[in-house]
Amino acid sequence: MSSEPNIRAFNRYGVWAIYRFEMARFLRTAGQSILTPVLTTSLYFVVFGSAIGGRMAEVDGVPYGAFIVPGMIMLTILGESISNGSFGIYFPKFTGTIYELLSAPISPVETVLGYVGAAATKSVILGLIILATSTFFVDLHILHPVAMVAFLVLTAATFSLLGFITGIWARSFEQLSFIPMLVVTPLTFLGGAFYSIDILPGIWRTLTLFNPIVYIISAFRWCFYGTSDVGIEVSMLMTATFFIAGLAAVSWIFKTGYRLKN
Amino acid sequence: MSPIISISNVSKTYASGLQALKRIDLEINKGEIFALLGPNGAGKSTLINIVCGIVTPSTGTVVADGHDIMKDYRQARFKIGLVPQELATDAFETVETSVRLSRGLFGRRTDPNQIEKVLRSLTLWERRGDKIMTLSGGMKRRVMIAKALAHEPTILFLDEPTAGVDVELRRDMWNLVRELRAQGVTIILTTHYIEEAEEMADRVGVIHKGELILVENKSALMHKLGKKQLTLQLQEPLKALPSELSEWKLELKGDGYVLEYTYDGKAERTGIPSLLRRMTDIGILFKDLNTHQSSLEDIFVSLVSERQ
Ligand SMILES: Nc1ncnc2c1ncn2[C@@H]1O[C@H](COP(=O)(O)OP(=O)(O)OP(=O)(O)O)[C@@H](O)[C@H]1O
Ligand SMILES: [Mg+2]
Repeated sequence: MSSEPNIRAFNRYGVWAIYRFEMARFLRTAGQSILTPVLTTSLYFVVFGSAIGGRMAEVDGVPYGAFIVPGMIMLTILGESISNGSFGIYFPKFTGTIYELLSAPISPVETVLGYVGAAATKSVILGLIILATSTFFVDLHILHPVAMVAFLVLTAATFSLLGFITGIWARSFEQLSFIPMLVVTPLTFLGGAFYSIDILPGIWRTLTLFNPIVYIISAFRWCFYGTSDVGIEVSMLMTATFFIAGLAAVSWIFKTGYRLKN
Repeated sequence: MSPIISISNVSKTYASGLQALKRIDLEINKGEIFALLGPNGAGKSTLINIVCGIVTPSTGTVVADGHDIMKDYRQARFKIGLVPQELATDAFETVETSVRLSRGLFGRRTDPNQIEKVLRSLTLWERRGDKIMTLSGGMKRRVMIAKALAHEPTILFLDEPTAGVDVELRRDMWNLVRELRAQGVTIILTTHYIEEAEEMADRVGVIHKGELILVENKSALMHKLGKKQLTLQLQEPLKALPSELSEWKLELKGDGYVLEYTYDGKAERTGIPSLLRRMTDIGILFKDLNTHQSSLEDIFVSLVSERQ
């Protein structure tokens, strides 16, 4: 019998095992995982950047092609984070292998670190690939690169966490795709991914301010060009609040065993 | 012997309102093989799942190796390995990846030697690179055992390890369990097969409708189970048992038409030939006879009726 590790405080091997297991699945299908966003991004440039952008002048002093880059990255980050985050935990529930997680000496926080960490890593990688692809189409100058990366990571983590919660909540594959398809994607499109919300007429602009994704895209765009539709502090605060609310929800879920335990 | 698991006053009522366990008290001794017997729906899996942290008990406490399973769940679960009843595997992963995940989840550093040892002991080494979905059912069950053993637990729960398993794999399973016991692992298994309990267990517990109706050393239980009955249909009714037959444990039933003899089916001498000879000598004639072995089911019935 080998010596007992100190798992009293933190089960780091457990976190690492989940992370590695989840990343391995992603890397196994790396070609496909990477090709899709590259192709999609190129299509967006062709459709929005060239076809529409040709007729649009600058937005807030930024050429239209460059203007849509942050929104495009966010569109992928939000969708991928939610679906990666939800799939990772939904699948063991679906196959029944969740028994192992429930019987393991691992805390909710550690479980979340493993699953959400892996999901967020995947979407950050995809986000950076899209960013790299865009440089083939437009000239990019990132004004606040550190803030940009930090915000990318925070957003990926937040939405992976929301995905994780969706995955625990979902009882079917339909429910699993419900949130990303019917909530996140429309809100992202309406959230100024491809336009400045300033161009909207008064009432619509006000309504749009209830869409939390507006703040995320706006803040992310600020990292690139230093201009934003809403205050950058408000945006950061919103995203961080989301993240903390998500953590609270997860700890409640594990405490009560909601949809996990009998 | 000191208990390695103490279950006190554990009951479980599922959200559906069904009471699956009623105030269970049970101690498992360190290093023993304990077999939990009981018919379908008795509550065996519920009890195991409570100890392993998969089901939350409605009342009661469980202490595993000195750690409360709720308050000190980390230390408690670190010691425990579980092979659940249902076959559930990471179908798209390889055997090795899946077993490595288990070891890490349970708080142990990756150790290729240990993984190899476990896979070899379950004859899975040659298949380590194969996706689990390409394995047969029996092989999948082995993978689940390998996963449960990957973190070197000192307590192992096997929930119906031999359900739907062929004779050879069952033998292998029994050998493995014995080997683990020799290494000091405490094993709790559930089964429907009395011969399995007989073959393996040191002690046996019987659960019936959520109640633990008996906990006994195997030998004592087997003695009870070994009882057989010979029933003789007489040609003429008897008013009372004749004194010439007092050596045998006999009962007169069915208005004097039926003579019932209870004997030990495992004994060298059953006493049947001499009984029949004596009966012929004193002129008691019978027209039919049959023997009947008391089954686990009979024991359940008699135990349950005894309690009421
Ligand atoms: N999740 C659940 N929700 C509601 N009732 C349940 C649940 N799981 C089990 N039960 C019920 O609890 C009782 C005990 O079930 P359990 O699985 O513990 O029995 P068992 O002794 O393991 O049976 P078997 O030999 O068939 O495996 C059964 O009546 C079962 O229907
Ligand atoms: Mg069962």
